[in-house]
Amino acid sequence: MTEIRYLAPGSLDEAVKAFAAASGAASILAGGTDLLVQMRAGVRQPGTIIDIKKIPALTAIEELGGGAFRIGAAVPGAVLAEHPTFGKAWPGVLEAINLIGSKQVQGRASPGGNLCNGSPAGDSVPAMVAAGAVVTIQGPNGGRELPVEAVPAGPGRLNLTPGEIVVSFTFPDRPKGSSDAYLRMIPRTEMDIAVVGLAVNLSMDGGVVTAARVGLGAVAPTVLLVGDAAAALVGSRLEDAALEKAADACRAACNPINDKRGTIAYRTKVAGVLLKRVAAIAAQRAGGN
Amino acid sequence: MAKIHVSTTINGEPLEYLCDASASMLDILRGPLGLTGTKEGCGTGDCGACSVTVDGRLMCSCLMLAVEAEGKQIGTIEGMAQGGELHPLQQKFLEMAALQCGICTPGVLISARSLLEKNPDPTEEEVRFGLAGNLCRCTGYDKIVRAVMETAAEMREAAR
Ligand SMILES: Cc1cc2nc3c(=O)[nH]c(=O)nc-3n(C[C@H](O)[C@H](O)[C@H](O)COP(=O)(O)OP(=O)(O)OC[C@H]3O[C@@H](n4cnc5c(N)ncnc54)[C@H](O)[C@@H]3O)c2cc1C
Ligand code: FES
Repeated sequence: MTEIRYLAPGSLDEAVKAFAAASGAASILAGGTDLLVQMRAGVRQPGTIIDIKKIPALTAIEELGGGAFRIGAAVPGAVLAEHPTFGKAWPGVLEAINLIGSKQVQGRASPGGNLCNGSPAGDSVPAMVAAGAVVTIQGPNGGRELPVEAVPAGPGRLNLTPGEIVVSFTFPDRPKGSSDAYLRMIPRTEMDIAVVGLAVNLSMDGGVVTAARVGLGAVAPTVLLVGDAAAALVGSRLEDAALEKAADACRAACNPINDKRGTIAYRTKVAGVLLKRVAAIAAQRAGGN
Repeated sequence: MAKIHVSTTINGEPLEYLCDASASMLDILRGPLGLTGTKEGCGTGDCGACSVTVDGRLMCSCLMLAVEAEGKQIGTIEGMAQGGELHPLQQKFLEMAALQCGICTPGVLISARSLLEKNPDPTEEEVRFGLAGNLCRCTGYDKIVRAVMETAAEMREAAR
């Protein structure tokens, strides 16, 4: 086995320079709950490991006012759970991140790692898509921003250019009467990979949905923003007909694989079921705001 | 390439070691440091036998690089008993025989301590969720859960 170099730069600039200089031979290390497993299995053999946890912007949680937040890409789930207000503004995002693995895994696993691992079943991704979170990216040619749903390109593939690092996620203002929720279907109650994951983010006024976003995971090569489902909810009071139309849109968006965890028919059906359940939870929370 | 020098604190004692960048914390604990109370089950974050605390936070030492311990406080099972006196969880696990083969026990104890620090009065469901990252293949979960509940009750009583 060739020797691996370990770098833990204290600034984003240094990290980007080192990452770009290694031209593909380096891996970014956040919590390592994907990377170290893959290295152990021999599917990843980086020449250099660049630990991003010493970079302040990657581990900060900033409250921007009005329910808006910026969270560092490497913030572990357990740390985010302890934040006094993040989970109040974004309960769906928090519950999605906190579904990742066990308490031990939560001590390390980050939303940036979840997104950049590129799994279509990553739990935090549909919730961040529904939230309308914007990803700040820094690379050798400077910084740019992308909506979360524009980052995955396919299983294990990202729309990032060589040397680019995901720095943070920015969650927008929360109008009054807004909330979100995430549910995943797994064959057991803990510690499993989503067969379907679905997030709904709603704003409501007097019982009427004024804005909606729906994120759908594990049923296509990438996590999806289901615009038709959101459109079916907006203007409704979440009556059965509107929910059925939104569920139809989710089923139509599915392009899943058949595997031991779930057949195509099953995953497609469950996507519709989850839409209704998750919308109800988000609406209840939005009313409680 | 030269090994990396790491200065850390393990169970309250400052310690230094040299390691390869690819070595896991678990490799170094069990190897050069001889702290074999921390077990290796899967090596992939699933079983929790390798549980330790890092700056007070529960983690799998198999999913952490040994170089990442620089400047951190690591807590292992060897540091759970204080001055020869068992931690109430350890005492209760013995009394209630909350183990069969024992290989998962150190990880379960570290994990349970972490749970009770955050939540001194957990429901049975909270204990089961809290310990979901610790697998016991003798399937002795029932005794484990009962011992944790019982310890929690006694610790609450003692704290009054
Ligand atoms: C026991 C166990 C259970 C799990 N359960 C779940 C689960 O229920 N749901 C789920 O979704 N996942 C699960 N996972 C997978 C994993 O924990 C998550 O994907 C986690 O969010 C990864 O975060 P990390 O910080 O550990 O990433 P890392 O392993 O550090 O990184 C993951 C990948 O992203 C890259 N990367 C990380 N951060 C950045 C960045 N800022 N910029 C660019 N690239 C970056 C890394 O190079 C690597 O390729 C589980 C893993 C284990 C071991
Ligand atoms: S050995 Fe670390 S979780 Fe199994």
